[in-house]
Amino acid sequence: MTVSTALLPVLDDLNKRFKGRLDAVRAPRADEIYIHAQMDLVAGFTAHLCRRWQARLVSLFADDARAGEGAFHLFYVFALDAARGFVLLRVPVPPEKPEFASLTNAIPAVNWQEREIQDWFGLKLIGHPNPRRCALHDDWPEVYPLRKDFDLRTELPPFQGARHKFREVEGEGVFQVPVGPVHAGVIEPGHFLFSVAGEPVLYLQLRLFYTHKGTEKLFENLPLPHCVRLAESISGDSGFAHATAFCHAVERAADTEAPPRARFLRSICLELERLHNHLGDIGAICTDVAFVTVNMHCLRLKERVLRLNESLTGNRLLRGMACLGGVRFDFDAGQIQSLRQFAAALRPEFESVVQLIESSASTLDRLKGTGVLKPEVARDLGVSGIAGRASGLDRDLRRDFPHAAYEAVKIHVPLYQAGDVEHRMRVRIAEARESLSLLEQFAAKLPDGPTRVEVGEPPPGATALGWVEGWRGEIFHWIRAAPGGRLARCKVKDPSLQNWPALSEAILGNIIPDFPVVNKSFNLSYSGTDR
Amino acid sequence: MIAARARGRPEIEWANWKDARPAAAACPTGAISYQDENGRRTVRIDLAKCTFCGLCADVDEAIRMTSVCECATRRREDLETRAVYNLHPDGSHGGMISPPAHATPAQSESLEVLGQKIKERAKEMFGRSLHIRQVDAGSCNGCEMEIVSLNGPVYDIERFGIHFVASPRHADLLLVTGPVTRNMELALKRTYAAVPEPRLVVAVGACGCSGGIFGVNYATRGAVDAVIPVDVYIPGCPPNPWALLHGILLAMGRWPEKADRGRQERETAGAGADAFSPPRNGLPSGCARSKLAPGFRPV
Ligand code: SF4
Ligand code: SF4
Repeated sequence: MTVSTALLPVLDDLNKRFKGRLDAVRAPRADEIYIHAQMDLVAGFTAHLCRRWQARLVSLFADDARAGEGAFHLFYVFALDAARGFVLLRVPVPPEKPEFASLTNAIPAVNWQEREIQDWFGLKLIGHPNPRRCALHDDWPEVYPLRKDFDLRTELPPFQGARHKFREVEGEGVFQVPVGPVHAGVIEPGHFLFSVAGEPVLYLQLRLFYTHKGTEKLFENLPLPHCVRLAESISGDSGFAHATAFCHAVERAADTEAPPRARFLRSICLELERLHNHLGDIGAICTDVAFVTVNMHCLRLKERVLRLNESLTGNRLLRGMACLGGVRFDFDAGQIQSLRQFAAALRPEFESVVQLIESSASTLDRLKGTGVLKPEVARDLGVSGIAGRASGLDRDLRRDFPHAAYEAVKIHVPLYQAGDVEHRMRVRIAEARESLSLLEQFAAKLPDGPTRVEVGEPPPGATALGWVEGWRGEIFHWIRAAPGGRLARCKVKDPSLQNWPALSEAILGNIIPDFPVVNKSFNLSYSGTDR
Repeated sequence: MIAARARGRPEIEWANWKDARPAAAACPTGAISYQDENGRRTVRIDLAKCTFCGLCADVDEAIRMTSVCECATRRREDLETRAVYNLHPDGSHGGMISPPAHATPAQSESLEVLGQKIKERAKEMFGRSLHIRQVDAGSCNGCEMEIVSLNGPVYDIERFGIHFVASPRHADLLLVTGPVTRNMELALKRTYAAVPEPRLVVAVGACGCSGGIFGVNYATRGAVDAVIPVDVYIPGCPPNPWALLHGILLAMGRWPEKADRGRQERETAGAGADAFSPPRNGLPSGCARSKLAPGFRPV
């Protein structure tokens, strides 16, 4: 067991502090430590790790290991930014007593993730402030889809039960405005219930998981190469990022690494994905405050990125490019040249769009102070990505946990404090600029060599965490390998799942007509959340 | 391998195809499949499931990726091609017994030509324009990205008279992406019922056409046509803007026939058969607001 030097003091401290209470400690990789312990240790362990080592609880999920180990396992994934490592606390839940203690009161960030475990695994939450159904809607029969004895193709009766009972909001003049699940635009489905008094929103209740497609279960039923394609379809706007995070996890489990050139090409594709999404969002935010001209320019520039994507990878959304052990297609000298020309040509055009925005005082006025997510709230909710960086959370996996080829370049991570729509847009503007610079750096430094290595079957039982800083925020995939090149479990964590509750906070006190722009400034993925 | 150009649908050299097994194993969605029976092998390729990923062409020399993306059809079965071969003892196949029924090859037309056709047809049928309501019944949002592209200045479909509207009550056509999840089934049915008759439904993407990689499972019903009737299927993952326009155009070709059928049904069933469907534009049922050109033939 070799642990990275930065993690050693953490490990020493934990061993000392929780002497005799850690059942096992193993480090399959230098930056990924697994600690086995019992349920009663969770709260104290978490509090200590967060306080003493500034750890962040970035994912919480369950795994049905009854067949092999006679218990369900809960995994608490902590990211230690300073030590560049992850600590995963594994806790057994006996099938005879399927329940676990909630951490939500101490760490609001895990609210939905805990309820998801309750819904999908049938493990009862103890001490959760709002233990109602979340990932399965109220009308679902008592089924636990992620248990091993539940078959993927189980046929459930169609929806017919009662509608969800939202919490009542009472008071003189208070009324409620329901919106969705089908929305008035080209967007994904979800239900929002606003409680308003006069104009300002008092309370926003979110009801998601309308697009739940059984994705995590499906991973357990497909051969590994097909899983890469499934990962592309978790959230279409982050297809390459998800697929790459998945490949990263499998490669780590199999003890392989993509060759240098492949890692550079991955980084190029990740930046292209970031760029076209940021361009689309900047335009859409301006549209929602009626500055449509900007949107038209942004869509024009975005189309150019999509066409470049197509000329580089054969698909406008980079689909089909990711694969285990590297990437499927190499770029020839001409393609690299066109990439560099593209970045150089796009920069002045993008700057003129930024100027157009800056020149409109009324636009900036509408964005400033709208939909504020306070830094302390963002920290409590564990908000990641753009929304976090607009609220003073200085985190970026590209810099803090370099994956793909990010170690080879200089990354400037923009940081803003106000947490309003304007700053979420400014983060995007700064990141789009940065992406152009990164594209040029990667193109200039692109090493020669193979673009793919063979990835053997990960040994059965091997577990690994993979990650990518997608354009929206932190994406994590965790896998446990099964025999025959299959998976026993694939946990998908999209940043949207983490960030949705922040929207409920940011909208408070704003007026409903501002909701579209506040929502767009987060631009969270429904499909990535619902899976 | 260098990616030289856009990937559209795969093309198979049927006469020289030796073994369907590697391609079927490589295909992530089951678009290529085979069945062995009595010394014969039936091979199937189903474009409704195909994501144009090209993995089959990587492992099989008889398969080549084309750049043709406009594959929309009006009948689900037209997306499927099958051929029967003699099965060899070693598991390969040869000697085609029945040749594939070739679907009409889609022609790639320029955006302008496609758009002008839509504009003319819309004028002919709706008086002026076509109103589309988009419904995401469970997609991964990739299809939505390309639908949004249609509204940008590059494709700018408004100039062809196509508008995306906010309410199904204002719509002529539902553009549905899928797979239809269990949680969206009812919402999709209600949205469908709220569109005035005659209404068109276009299923978008591998998921909308067939359930795609998700298929049918505990949480999804699969294809859109498992839940509401579909007039046109647009394959792709996601279909690009040209493929979308081509499919919308194709759907408009179905309008006269639907309007006629709707009128007949109303006359026999009596008005108010479907409480959710108000008469179009407040006109009594049967009065389509369009003036249908006599003898108009759908494409
Ligand atoms: S292109 Fe992909 S989805 Fe289509 S048949 Fe080939 S392998 Fe299957
Ligand atoms: S067809 Fe492809 S892009 Fe469209 S919803 Fe399905 S997976 Fe996503």
